[in-house]
Amino acid sequence: MKAAPVLVRVLRDPECLRRLSLADWDLLLRQARATQLIARVALLAQHHAPDAIAPQVAPHFEGALLVAQRHREAVEWEIAQIGQALDSVGLPLILLKGAAYVAAEAPAARGRSFADIDILVPRARINQAEAALMLHGWATSHHSAYDDRYYRAWMHELPPMQHGRRMTVVDVHHAILPTTASSKPDSAKLIAAARALPGRPGVLVLAQVDMVIHSACHLFHEEELEKGLRDLSDLDLLLREFAALPGFWSDLLARASELDLERPVFYALRFSTQLLGTPVPPATLQAAARFAPPAPTRRLMDALYGRALLPQHPSCDDGLAALARRLLFVRAHWLRMPPGLLARHLAHKAALAVRGEE
Amino acid sequence: MADGVYFRTGTFIACLRTRIERVAASFSLLYSDYPLQDGPYADFHVELAPPRGLRRWLRPQVDFIADGHAPFAALPADQAFPMFEWGLNWCVSSQAQHYLIIHAAVVEKNGRAAILPAPPGSGKSTLCAALIHHGWRLLSDELTLIRRDDAALIPLPRPVSLKNASIDVIKRYVPHATFSPSVTDTVKGTVAQMKAPANSIERADQAAAPGWIVFPRYEANATLALTPVPRSRAFMRVADNAFNYTRLGAAGFEALKGVVAHSDCYDFRYSVLDEAVAAFDRLASQAGNR
Repeated sequence: MKAAPVLVRVLRDPECLRRLSLADWDLLLRQARATQLIARVALLAQHHAPDAIAPQVAPHFEGALLVAQRHREAVEWEIAQIGQALDSVGLPLILLKGAAYVAAEAPAARGRSFADIDILVPRARINQAEAALMLHGWATSHHSAYDDRYYRAWMHELPPMQHGRRMTVVDVHHAILPTTASSKPDSAKLIAAARALPGRPGVLVLAQVDMVIHSACHLFHEEELEKGLRDLSDLDLLLREFAALPGFWSDLLARASELDLERPVFYALRFSTQLLGTPVPPATLQAAARFAPPAPTRRLMDALYGRALLPQHPSCDDGLAALARRLLFVRAHWLRMPPGLLARHLAHKAALAVRGEE
Repeated sequence: MADGVYFRTGTFIACLRTRIERVAASFSLLYSDYPLQDGPYADFHVELAPPRGLRRWLRPQVDFIADGHAPFAALPADQAFPMFEWGLNWCVSSQAQHYLIIHAAVVEKNGRAAILPAPPGSGKSTLCAALIHHGWRLLSDELTLIRRDDAALIPLPRPVSLKNASIDVIKRYVPHATFSPSVTDTVKGTVAQMKAPANSIERADQAAAPGWIVFPRYEANATLALTPVPRSRAFMRVADNAFNYTRLGAAGFEALKGVVAHSDCYDFRYSVLDEAVAAFDRLASQAGNR
């Protein structure tokens, strides 16, 4: 088997930063750039090997850390603004993914970049949330009637809403998977278990197990995996952070069953341990084996994710990576919609492409 | 150049790989004075290659590939060399976040730099091309790099990109300079690159202190006018021309503040290059007397 890419080796064992050659540093920077992990690697290097950082690479680390710092400030500002908007209609702010990691001051927030802010709202109150955000300056950025219906009838979120002045985007979710997906995790359960954060009145994040499960669910239903390793690293950091909580591992597996998300949790544990060396207790891995797909599927998924989760960079491509990503793209669509609806959706997109509209 | 040539441009090392003859030819013409480097490290790994597929036999095209990824749509094959120049600029402006980067030409005399921010069509590159062959040193004709800790301007001397009428204007004005072949019908019209002066390339490791911010505007038959601009206004106008001012947050603000605080700021209207160069020389000598 080929040696793991240098970026994967560094995420697994940051101490190895002390032993990199200049050629390794060159590749590390390139792989980290391709996966939006420069700032996270920079923080690891500052912490584990501050004296070993190649002088050529140091300025790139410095720049990435500045940008990450600015991202973090912008996320804090958006959290405050969205919180105010929702508060005006008496809704609490439940943050998901990156913004939640920032609010919870989780290690998974370190050196992370953010494209948008994801929030969770009870389905019954989603119109209220939309109206409140519109009054505070956000507006739906999708305009075709088809797109609008795609989101509102089939997806688990409103069309993305963009702020008119700051151009920041908020994704308002009422569930963590599309309405049309075959797994139907109950959002009410997630909302009921959401936890308040000390020093942040009105801001909630998902319970620790739910945070992991949502992260897993997102990654293993994702269509585009160019940030796959970043997301896997988030999962790794969440698992390491929560590992010491009493009962965490057994709660995680029980909750995965309760939310109908056993399979993504199986993949999360499998690939984060395989690729990033996440310290999952052997008993948990053994117990999670009951969530595994049948052996032929498992072998196929190993082959696909084993490639697609590596950095999307020529140095990590064994010639099959593009095919693996394409198959996982199809799989993600398959999981999102039943076949009839999927056919209809693809036919519509194909017609648009023929007419040159997209 | 199929195995890649590593060369230094300012503080960066770039690695260019290509099998395209016209890129290799223009590269050897314009980059002969740049120090070559040994691998394996490069800040930017770029490649120019024909896209795959049948189309290459019908209408030859070229892709700019930044480390395995093509950020732009393919262009007609005869635009390969300009595409290399644009692509390398894109690499710097999108990936070198340790500098505050302004879309502006920057030239230096007696240790002080004049920054020329301007929208396309304002005659910025024309003026820059004239100045660097009349006593001013080229730092960059396109990307002003500002070091954050001391607001120094960091050289990135690369070929000066000229377009349309200014190509012939500069060929007449600086007849001894070296030019790449002109390429017609690009998105910017006809373009040609002028080789950077050897002396500017040699001194690429010498930063310059900020001296002036001059917003140039070419206007046919206009009389020369140099009008002071308040620093506050100049600050906002430069920020509008920055690539990463908002991405850097407070750090970007501090860096720009450092530059503007040490610069005299002017609007500059010109029609005759000789007069324009003389006006810049007066600025430099006034500064020397201060």
